[in-house]
Amino acid sequence: MREAMATLARLQARSKAVGQQYYFRNSVVDVFRKKENDAAVKIQNWFRGCRVRAYIRHLHRAAIIVQKWWRSYLSRQHYQLVVKLAYYTMKMNLYNEMAVRIQRRWRGYKIRKYCFDYFYLKEYLRAVTETNDAIRDALEEFAEMKEREEKKAALEREEKKRDYQARKMHYLLSTKQIPGIYNSPFRKDPDPWELRLQKAKPLTHQRPRVKQKHSISLTSWLACTSNRSFPRSEILPPINRKQCQGPFRDIAEVLEQRYKPLEPTLREAEPINELKEAREDLRRQEWIRNVNDNMFLPFSSYHKNEKYVPSMHSSSKYGPNSYGCQRFRDENPKKWICPKEKETRSNMDHKNKGQVNTSLIFM
Amino acid sequence: MHLLPEDQSPWIPNRQAGVMSLLRPLLLDVVPTIQQTAALALGRLANYNDDLAEAVVKGDILPQLVYSLAEQNRFYKKAAAFVLRAVGKHSPQLAQAIVDCGALDTLVICLEDFDPGVKEAAAWALGYIARHNAELSQAVVDAGAVPLLVLCIQEPEVALKRIAASALSDISKHSPELAQTVVDAGAIAHLAQMILNPDAKLKRQILSALSQIAKHSVDLAEMVVEAEIFPVVLTCLKDKDEYVKKNASTLIREIAKHTPELSQLIVNAGGVAAVIDCIGSCKGNIRLPGIMMLGYVAAHSENLAMAVIISKGVPQLSLCLSEEPEDHIKAAAAWALGQIGRHTPEHARAVAVTNTLPVLLSLYMSTESSEDLQVKSKKAIKSILQKCTYLPALEPFLYDAPPNILKHVVGQFSKVLPHDSKARRLFVTSGGLKKVQEIKAEPGSLLQEYINSINNCYPEEIVRYYSPGYSETLLQRVDSYQPLAN
Repeated sequence: MREAMATLARLQARSKAVGQQYYFRNSVVDVFRKKENDAAVKIQNWFRGCRVRAYIRHLHRAAIIVQKWWRSYLSRQHYQLVVKLAYYTMKMNLYNEMAVRIQRRWRGYKIRKYCFDYFYLKEYLRAVTETNDAIRDALEEFAEMKEREEKKAALEREEKKRDYQARKMHYLLSTKQIPGIYNSPFRKDPDPWELRLQKAKPLTHQRPRVKQKHSISLTSWLACTSNRSFPRSEILPPINRKQCQGPFRDIAEVLEQRYKPLEPTLREAEPINELKEAREDLRRQEWIRNVNDNMFLPFSSYHKNEKYVPSMHSSSKYGPNSYGCQRFRDENPKKWICPKEKETRSNMDHKNKGQVNTSLIFM
Repeated sequence: MHLLPEDQSPWIPNRQAGVMSLLRPLLLDVVPTIQQTAALALGRLANYNDDLAEAVVKGDILPQLVYSLAEQNRFYKKAAAFVLRAVGKHSPQLAQAIVDCGALDTLVICLEDFDPGVKEAAAWALGYIARHNAELSQAVVDAGAVPLLVLCIQEPEVALKRIAASALSDISKHSPELAQTVVDAGAIAHLAQMILNPDAKLKRQILSALSQIAKHSVDLAEMVVEAEIFPVVLTCLKDKDEYVKKNASTLIREIAKHTPELSQLIVNAGGVAAVIDCIGSCKGNIRLPGIMMLGYVAAHSENLAMAVIISKGVPQLSLCLSEEPEDHIKAAAAWALGQIGRHTPEHARAVAVTNTLPVLLSLYMSTESSEDLQVKSKKAIKSILQKCTYLPALEPFLYDAPPNILKHVVGQFSKVLPHDSKARRLFVTSGGLKKVQEIKAEPGSLLQEYINSINNCYPEEIVRYYSPGYSETLLQRVDSYQPLAN
């Protein structure tokens, strides 16, 4: 036990030094240890880094390969689309170009043939000129023909006149003894009138025109007014007429029948409206007879309130509108007494005055 | 009985009343000759003066006349119809008075009479009544006159044909319905047959009747054309009688007016040449329908206008324009030229070559021309100028045109000059460029733009050379120039 206690005491005494020694040795080693630790960490660090980098490189390579293949796949697809599109565009351009060529030709043809045919127009104008010339010639000919006909007619009229004159003057023909006035001995040839007179036949005397007796036609009612009259005609019946056949009535009876006087019925002889008819008759007689239709009025003042009868030209439905004013209520400033320019205070209501004036005038 | 001579008609109304009352009893006289002569006297009185005609109406004579018209012999009928005609011719009111007393039926009965003189007198009276307005014409048609008139036209007497044609013309002139009634009675065929008749007055009336029918509508015009009047009508254009020519050109004008197809038909038949010759051979108002016809034909389309041009219409029209004294004929000629020249540059060139444009300008500017003439010549100038590319004709316009026309002229120059080098040279040498520089225009206006575009066609030196005041600027430069010291 003492040894233990001695050791304990020794140990306790040494514990401080142990402590110190412990601390000293740890700290030296510690310094070194830290350095070594750091170095080891560095090495491991680097190594780990290399390892990871190698791994990452590897991964990168793999990813690149994958991406490379994927991208090439996508691009090939895209490229095919592009090629298709380009091909399609090229074809369409070609078609468009060809279509434009066709359309150009067709449009030119259509316009030139159907819408405006220049050559047809030229032909038409040429045809119109030809027709015009033909018509002009034809009309000239027609006019000339008319002139010729007129001249011929004039000449014929002249000829007829001269013939008639020659016939009237036939007595101026020269005889064997006496040369006529147209056949003077000092002339070489006789005048053409001489020849005409030779050919002319003398006129005969005009028979006096028989005056037409005013013959009363058989149907004129005025002929049978008197009781004993008989409708007469110019032409008497022929004498040697065949005897009419058949039994005839006694002539005295016939004449009695024919000339029986009128026996009117009572209605005709004494009519009911005799008075009215007599009045009508009188009115008709007066219409025939009277020179002046106006009633005789004793004093001149009776004529003074005669109603004015306007002229027919201004009174019927075709009339007055064109005669004076356009409408009934039109104002006609020319007829106003006071001119409108004088706008003085005293003429404040000159419009009223104007209206009054026009109404007075048109009354 | 001594007839009242025409010049001794009484002037004073009192005496008028006296005469009417004196003649009235004679109308009912026993002796027929007296009745006829009294009616004749009344007719001559009424014929002279419309106051006398009114007195006849107011004297209550018409009913008696109408009543006895139905019964008496043909001499009386002629005289009574003469009275009705004489009264009806003056004014529509008097004609209405005649219609009111029931004369139309009696006159139509007279149209059926055997004597051609009676028919003529009745047709004449009906024609004069129908002349005034559409209502009276309708009354005449309602009385059934038209078929009888068409029968009258076929009669052999020329005078009767004339009067019947004139009556049909007067009836159909008012409205398309009346013209259709006349056509329905079959008038066109008979009228067309008689165009070849040698009597001048008959031809006048026939052509007038056909033109009054054709003027209303396209259908009626086509019906007239179907009666094969072309090319026979063209011979009427060569007739000696002036009015036959006038009526024939009126007929052709009324047909050409409606549609391009009808104008084409006329052109194809050579009508344009005939009308142009006809214009050349007459003067004054006779020419007017022919001039208008050319205008109407040219107005429809450019091919027809070209047809008018190649038929040598333009020189004739410009002759009319310069030598006619009356304004309305000049206005018509100006209008026709405008219609011809307005279609394309070719047409405008054809018009401009004949030197008509200065004449038109002078008519527009002259203060003596009527307003109508000024308006028409201005329109013609404008429409021709807008298409004219014939520069020699445009140059005189630079000098004496008013500003509103100058604008168009300069505009045309500005369109042509950029493309034609020879024209540019000519423009400079003839002094046009100088004149253009002298024109004062407001900046920004259309005129200024045109001037600028003309100036752009030329190198700057020339423009400066011709601009006004250039000599002064040069002299100023001389003044301020320092000669180089040796």
